Amino acid sequence: MKSLEELRAIKAKMQNNVQLRGVDDADSVVRVVVGMATCGIAAGARPVLNKFIEEVQNRGLKNVLVTQTGCIGVCRLEPIVEIITPTGEKTTYVKMDADKVSKIVHEHLVNNRVVEEYTIANADK
Amino acid sequence: MKELSLNILDIAHNSVKAKASEIIISVEESLKRNIVAIDIKDNGCGMDKDFLSAVTDPFVTTRTTRKVGLGIPLLRQQALDTDGHFDISSQPGRGTEVYADFKLSHLDRPPVGDIASTVVSLISANPSIRYVYTHLTDFGSFTLDTDEVKEQLGDIPLNEPEILIWLTEYINENLQSIEGGKI
Repeated sequence: MKSLEELRAIKAKMQNNVQLRGVDDADSVVRVVVGMATCGIAAGARPVLNKFIEEVQNRGLKNVLVTQTGCIGVCRLEPIVEIITPTGEKTTYVKMDADKVSKIVHEHLVNNRVVEEYTIANADK
Repeated sequence: MKELSLNILDIAHNSVKAKASEIIISVEESLKRNIVAIDIKDNGCGMDKDFLSAVTDPFVTTRTTRKVGLGIPLLRQQALDTDGHFDISSQPGRGTEVYADFKLSHLDRPPVGDIASTVVSLISANPSIRYVYTHLTDFGSFTLDTDEVKEQLGDIPLNEPEILIWLTEYINENLQSIEGGKI
């Protein structure tokens, strides 16, 4: 069984191998914001959030910060995820699920191509 | 809400919004007592008497995007629907405590669900808050105190993805050993 002491080993490894996000590189951070109010949670935001964390870890994306917010205001389209680039461009993805997360991480976060079919602009088509 | 763990996540977000620095989450599952109980206690800004008495009304909310707040009414309804109990107490400046219990054997009782995901979601959103999560079953108990985690980690942020994934596995392993999250 795991014990908290194992974290020390992880800590040592991270300090050696990994460049942690510092305040100075805040300019280059892409933010992934998951709506986690009652509406988002009920619609399935939690697995979406966890999938983002998992994918970011698996792909070693150091410039991506996964965060959460309250109600974004379009509850019928939840779970909603906003991706905000360092220059402030915002893409809003709607009706998210874990499978869509994988595609968005691969296309948008890695290859910098917006997945148009999942965006709010295409929600009602 | 499909799982009680989602209700916990939702209610705990109220504590975050109330600027709590400490959130204590307790879950009990007991076949012997035929009960599932959840308790979320914070040291946030609290509520005055008037707001407290109105807060189980869906048309009372602090949110600004619209005039409906369903988190607390949903939890209360679900508890009462299973012959359970609901209680909320609060003092301005001191904090708030939300309690709900459910009759375990009741057909309409939602499953406890994925508590590890809930706790880790909360930590990832607000790593500066101290979370103390305790899970009690007929077979034992498990406690995760994020202050103890921070002690091990030093200056490594709690919300690094690698740490969050480790914590999920850590919680799940410990819950399995007390058969928590099964019912």
